[in-house]
Amino acid sequence: MKRKQLVTIKGTKSGLSLHLHDNCSYEDMMRELEEKLRESSSMHGEKQNITVNVELGNRYITENQKEELVEAIQSKKNLSVQDINSNIITKSEAEQIAQENEIVSVASIVRSGQVLEVPGDLLLIGDVNPGGKVVAGGNIYIMGSLKGVAHAGVNGNEKAIVAASVMRPTQLRINTLITRAPDEYPEKDKRDMECAYVDNSEIMIDRLQVLTHLRPNLTKLEGGQNNG
Amino acid sequence: MGEAIVVTSGKGGVGKTTTSANIGTALALQGKKVCLIDTDIGLRNLDVVMGLENRIIYDLVDVVEERCKIHQALVKDKRFDDLLYLLPAAQTSDKTAVHPKQMKELVLKLKQDYDYIIIDCPAGIEQGYKNAVAGADKAIVVTTPEVSSVRDADRVIGLLEKEDHIESPMLVINRIRNHMMKNGDMLDIDEVTSHLSIGLLGIVADDDEVIKASNSGEPIALNPNSKSSLAYRNIARRILGETVPLQHLEEESKGMFARIKMFFGAK
Repeated sequence: MKRKQLVTIKGTKSGLSLHLHDNCSYEDMMRELEEKLRESSSMHGEKQNITVNVELGNRYITENQKEELVEAIQSKKNLSVQDINSNIITKSEAEQIAQENEIVSVASIVRSGQVLEVPGDLLLIGDVNPGGKVVAGGNIYIMGSLKGVAHAGVNGNEKAIVAASVMRPTQLRINTLITRAPDEYPEKDKRDMECAYVDNSEIMIDRLQVLTHLRPNLTKLEGGQNNG
Repeated sequence: MGEAIVVTSGKGGVGKTTTSANIGTALALQGKKVCLIDTDIGLRNLDVVMGLENRIIYDLVDVVEERCKIHQALVKDKRFDDLLYLLPAAQTSDKTAVHPKQMKELVLKLKQDYDYIIIDCPAGIEQGYKNAVAGADKAIVVTTPEVSSVRDADRVIGLLEKEDHIESPMLVINRIRNHMMKNGDMLDIDEVTSHLSIGLLGIVADDDEVIKASNSGEPIALNPNSKSSLAYRNIARRILGETVPLQHLEEESKGMFARIKMFFGAK
């Protein structure tokens, strides 16, 4: 019987692509991978760094196994792992992704000392009072006045925006950027229907209408994560 | 079965004790049987404001630790015929001497015999606050038209809304200075109510008479000629379910029209 290849190495424009067979045991696969890498290391003499994309097919590997895999590949001279792709994710990962893409609507007033946190987008029907805080993994839409702190895109989403009917925050945060309010809001400055977004590593505040151009994906139904 | 109302604010010095004393007095004037409870253990004041300090024999901690019966600790206000009582706080212990569960039981017992239990809450949101809130069915939040006081009121309202046994809290704005409000140097009533977005139970003007009355141990609500007294009486009537329009805060009226307006407004 002809033995099936468990590891296939393909060269692409961007580097190497490792296809790992998904119907054998993890141990067998790792053994063959290490063998193959040992062979190939003698072939590639050059110093140049080669990026590797790992294709797992329909195999699920744990975080530990992932580390093992990366270690095995990167121990070989000038290979660096760029990406590990699998068709399989766990239920909890799937749920997390679903949550991160969800718009959660909340009808309440976030008062001083209260923190409202959601993994995805937040639609708040009510005010955020000074001393109160809203935090979202995605965008924050407030149908009321924002007078407290809003933090959008906490998990590293710089495309996240904050929109509010009345924009008078004490502090605005998007991803890792922070701006604070001017020490005094001019009396006649109405600040109605505005949005905050990141442009050139700076938080900008503008009319709500500019979003159509800046974040055209916001209007799509997919929600938060697809903004970028 | 009576109703227990906690008077709280978060911030100190906004007039919780004065408000408790006067609402209690005004309710008694309306013929209701009222019991005031001072939960500010260690820093009791309500007895002084009510002028009952020298009659205290037992206190709240004595009751909770079963050194006496409830009725032994209650101080009767002689100005009212069996309508107004005070359960004073202990002066020698601290807030940890009482547990929220014990307060709840105590208030439940008192509710059998009284129409209204007014609980005067200490400043802060720690143990003392938790004790005061434990037995209450309703809450009155006192604030002054100052940013810091409104901020603390907002915090307390947030905490009160988490308590399932308390109906949505009502607001009393105290120490209003009309001329400052007019000039825009002070938050006005609309700003405060829209910011806190809870029902407005009453407004009380800043009045020297209130301080005088407190110092002499006669709650201002007993004085029929004072505007502040009227304000507290109006609050009491609103608690009883009447619809009373808000008092006009105008200074002494200048013209006929203003006087008519005041007559209708400050009924």
